[in-house]
Amino acid sequence: MSHIPDDLKYTKDSEWIRMDDEFTATCGITDHAQEMLTDIVFVELPEPGMEVAGGEQVAVVESVKAVSNVYSPVSGRISEVNRALEGSPELLNGDPYGEGWMFKIEMKAPRELDGLMDAAAYAAHIESES
Amino acid sequence: MKYTCGADADRAAMLASIGVRSVDELFAGIPKDFRLKGGLDLPEALSEIEVMRRMEELAGKNRPGRCFAGAGSYVHYLPAAVDALASRSEFYTAYTPYQAEVSQGTLTAIFEFQTFICRLTGMDVANASMYDGATALAESVLMSVGVSGKKTVAVADTLHPHYRRVLETYCWANDVEIRTAHGEAGVMMTPAADALDGASALIIQSPNFFGCVEDVSALSSAAHAAGAHSIVVVTEPHSLGLLAPPGKSGADIVCGEAQSFGNPVGFGGPALGMLAAGAGFMRRMPGRLVGRTVDSAGKEAYALTLQTREQHIRRERATSNICTNQGLCALRAAIYLSVLGNGIRKLAILNHKLAARCKKSLSSKGFRPVFERPYFNEFAVKIPGAPAVMKRLEEEGYVPGVHLGDYYEEYEDCVLICCTEMTGPDDMDGFAEAVARFAK
Amino acid sequence: MPVIFEKSGCGRSAYPMPEWKLDDADPIPPELLNDGVDLVEAGELDIVRHYTALSRMNFGVDTGMYPLGSCTMKYNPKINERVAALPGFTGLHPLASRGLSQGALEVLHGLSGLLCAITGMRRFSLAPAAGAHGELAGVMVIKKYFEKRGERRGVILIPDSAHGTNPASVAMCGFETREVPSTSEGDVDMEKLRSIVDQNVAAMMLTSPNTLGLFDRNTPAIANLLHDKGALFYCDGANLNALLGVVRVRDLGFDLMHINLHKTFSTPHGGGGPGSGPLGVCDELEPYLPVPVVLKGKDGFHLEYDRPDSIGRIHSFYGNFLVALRAFVYISMLGSEGIRDAGETAVLNANYLLSLLRKDYNLPVDRACMHEFVLNDKNMPGGVTTNDIAKRILDFGYHAPTVYFPLLIPGAIMIEPTETETRETLEAFAEAMIAIKREAETSPETVKTAPHTTPVGRVDAVLAARKPVLKWEP
Repeated sequence: MSHIPDDLKYTKDSEWIRMDDEFTATCGITDHAQEMLTDIVFVELPEPGMEVAGGEQVAVVESVKAVSNVYSPVSGRISEVNRALEGSPELLNGDPYGEGWMFKIEMKAPRELDGLMDAAAYAAHIESES
Repeated sequence: MKYTCGADADRAAMLASIGVRSVDELFAGIPKDFRLKGGLDLPEALSEIEVMRRMEELAGKNRPGRCFAGAGSYVHYLPAAVDALASRSEFYTAYTPYQAEVSQGTLTAIFEFQTFICRLTGMDVANASMYDGATALAESVLMSVGVSGKKTVAVADTLHPHYRRVLETYCWANDVEIRTAHGEAGVMMTPAADALDGASALIIQSPNFFGCVEDVSALSSAAHAAGAHSIVVVTEPHSLGLLAPPGKSGADIVCGEAQSFGNPVGFGGPALGMLAAGAGFMRRMPGRLVGRTVDSAGKEAYALTLQTREQHIRRERATSNICTNQGLCALRAAIYLSVLGNGIRKLAILNHKLAARCKKSLSSKGFRPVFERPYFNEFAVKIPGAPAVMKRLEEEGYVPGVHLGDYYEEYEDCVLICCTEMTGPDDMDGFAEAVARFAK
Repeated sequence: MPVIFEKSGCGRSAYPMPEWKLDDADPIPPELLNDGVDLVEAGELDIVRHYTALSRMNFGVDTGMYPLGSCTMKYNPKINERVAALPGFTGLHPLASRGLSQGALEVLHGLSGLLCAITGMRRFSLAPAAGAHGELAGVMVIKKYFEKRGERRGVILIPDSAHGTNPASVAMCGFETREVPSTSEGDVDMEKLRSIVDQNVAAMMLTSPNTLGLFDRNTPAIANLLHDKGALFYCDGANLNALLGVVRVRDLGFDLMHINLHKTFSTPHGGGGPGSGPLGVCDELEPYLPVPVVLKGKDGFHLEYDRPDSIGRIHSFYGNFLVALRAFVYISMLGSEGIRDAGETAVLNANYLLSLLRKDYNLPVDRACMHEFVLNDKNMPGGVTTNDIAKRILDFGYHAPTVYFPLLIPGAIMIEPTETETRETLEAFAEAMIAIKREAETSPETVKTAPHTTPVGRVDAVLAARKPVLKWEP
């Protein structure tokens, strides 16, 4: 059973988002996503300063088995990326919600969060997909 | 001749196990109307004896001759060890090394090939080979465009015309614009600014189609100044025994044809495309890559790696669709380069001196070189009435070079001649003498 | 296993350099020269021992069976090798004039004719150097065809069971891929297909038989549906072995196809090439073939370049000639009867092997297969996966089947015995697979830590991808 923290919001493509304050958030991929991908070998991160729309592709995650696009849960400007992932992509496997965070974003429209799933809804979503 | 086995009793037992009465029943899924009733319209099957006779007859209709042609395909001496080792059936009947544990032979040899190519070209990464030099160039261009996002490239007009044509096909399919950068007197001078403006890459070949050595450093600088990659094409990699590695002269990508390392000309195929680039291109490289790793006991081992970029996992996001490389040809190249080793420098000098001798011989008989540029083992001379002279030379048993007039009007009666260690000093002199005789 | 660079103690090159006395050449400016090379200096005996040792770590068709689905690892006849070594073929320069290359041109022209007889197509180009290359050329032909007609069609349809080269080739030509779902029976879902085919669809690509080893019963109906909308029907001929002598691809309604000579026509795989992927087309598409085309005239064979509608050149010369040569010999020796026998026996062998394995392995789609079939690791005890089974079968002296393809079937194990394996070999292989199933039941660790008897143990693919080391350094 994969880990789904209660205090986060989720997308149908298995990204998570955590509010840091009113306007900034941290994002990454879920435990379920890293489980499906298996050992992650490479992460392609966006450049800080990049403007993205909600649902737009922002990063790429590669494992020996597959490659997966990562989409931004919300619209905004990428303020910071987790460079540690470049040398240690395995952080995404080991600690997807902590040290495996991918990028921080200054949200353009925080109300977009209302359209995302909470933990229970996300759990139901991945259950239905299997 | 059939390579299947099985007596009638075996067939019957197998059909029983499956639960059908005849092989025909196994094809029931194919609508009856489409199934062939009679045989195919093929010639009568031949036995080994008959096929050997027939094929020897066909081989006899070819005349390889004493070859003075180059232009992208080079006749070099193949040391006996190359055939002896590459013909071991564990090498040539092996599948692609996806199951690394039973493919360490192939994988180690390809790792060696990658290493040899990196050393000769002065680049960080080389892949396990492409189909040929022309498609290696096409894929290099797509790689450059994929990285830069600019859908234009500038191509030197001293590039091999066949490579240009293949590139045009790939660029048409991908909506990439090709601009021509014009050379003069056989080489690329500084390319015109408007050719390079906004281009993803500048493509040059050295030695170029005319045999002339380009100033790769200056051209790479010009490319970089315009924000473009420098892609250098090498069709005769023996030149790297003598000439500066393009990687040390500013090339971002080196591609081309490695056939002349250990592979026969074989009427143009199989060939051996090579592709090498700086470390930054590693995850963008098309084709297979062999990497070093360890096994479960910590022992050193090799495996195909970075396969997610390949078609079979990335699918539409693949860096390319390439599946097969030219595995056995790369193995032959690795064996050849192991035998030749550092002797490649001496062999390159030998090729160069042989070409010089031939050039001098022809010049002394009145057949002037077309270009006054440094060359490696190919050069062009003017022979009045060249097509007719070449025909007479063919009758004498030569493949007398390549008529440049077939490609460029302005080079009518100019013949591109290549000299390798397969045509020794006596052959040079004989050839020059024959040219003089027929050109009267 | 050390690399050759570690054997470099000889102090000189092993190459048999002639010592001709030659004058100095015209000087090359020093800035264009290198200041030496650093490759290797190994003695010939060490080199021979090195590569001999490497070969002994390899598995080949001559070593044992490769039940690799979709690869058709049939026997590589030695007569093909003997012919391909004839100096009249190996030593011929591609730019030798036509008078000097009539034999080679006759082989290329002849092979196209033989492949046309087998498939019903009008003409084959031997220029593509691999199946994927043939496929790419095929998509280019489709693109050119619609360009010529002034029609803008942006989509190519591909079943969800397709090989990865299909969508990649499509993307490389600027088309969009749209996936067509399959039914639980493994056929293309006709209802879904009917709703997708419109004027924006340029073509559909279908492997026939499909990647599940099943002949799609709707194939002629799909052809009609596409043709009604003015679209083309492309056959990925990777599985042609099942149809040899039984049905002609063109008769099923396909307009163009590629063939893999290194699969169906016995040319060796070479450890990853060289292959050859000839592209065959119907009458209407013939003008679009790559140049040059080999034609026969009153005075022999020649290379034709005057083809205004051609997609252009796709290879520096004429494709992998020495590979085409081997296929030419193979077909010449088999004749019509041998070709049909190959197809029938391939299908017989696959069905027989399936009958031996189906009690112990899960069969996701229960239909009579053609030349290959797909099992998977569903219900495998002990937590043993498809990957574990693939590694364990190596210990039994077989190569693994194709695994995790098609993507449609989770944990897929695709098995294709080919026609050249005997009943005894098939039974022995089945016994080995069943033994592995027993091990999964009683001692799964043996399977999960396999292979045990190969030259190296299970390799760490993750490390290879995380920290790529792609060349040797001292």
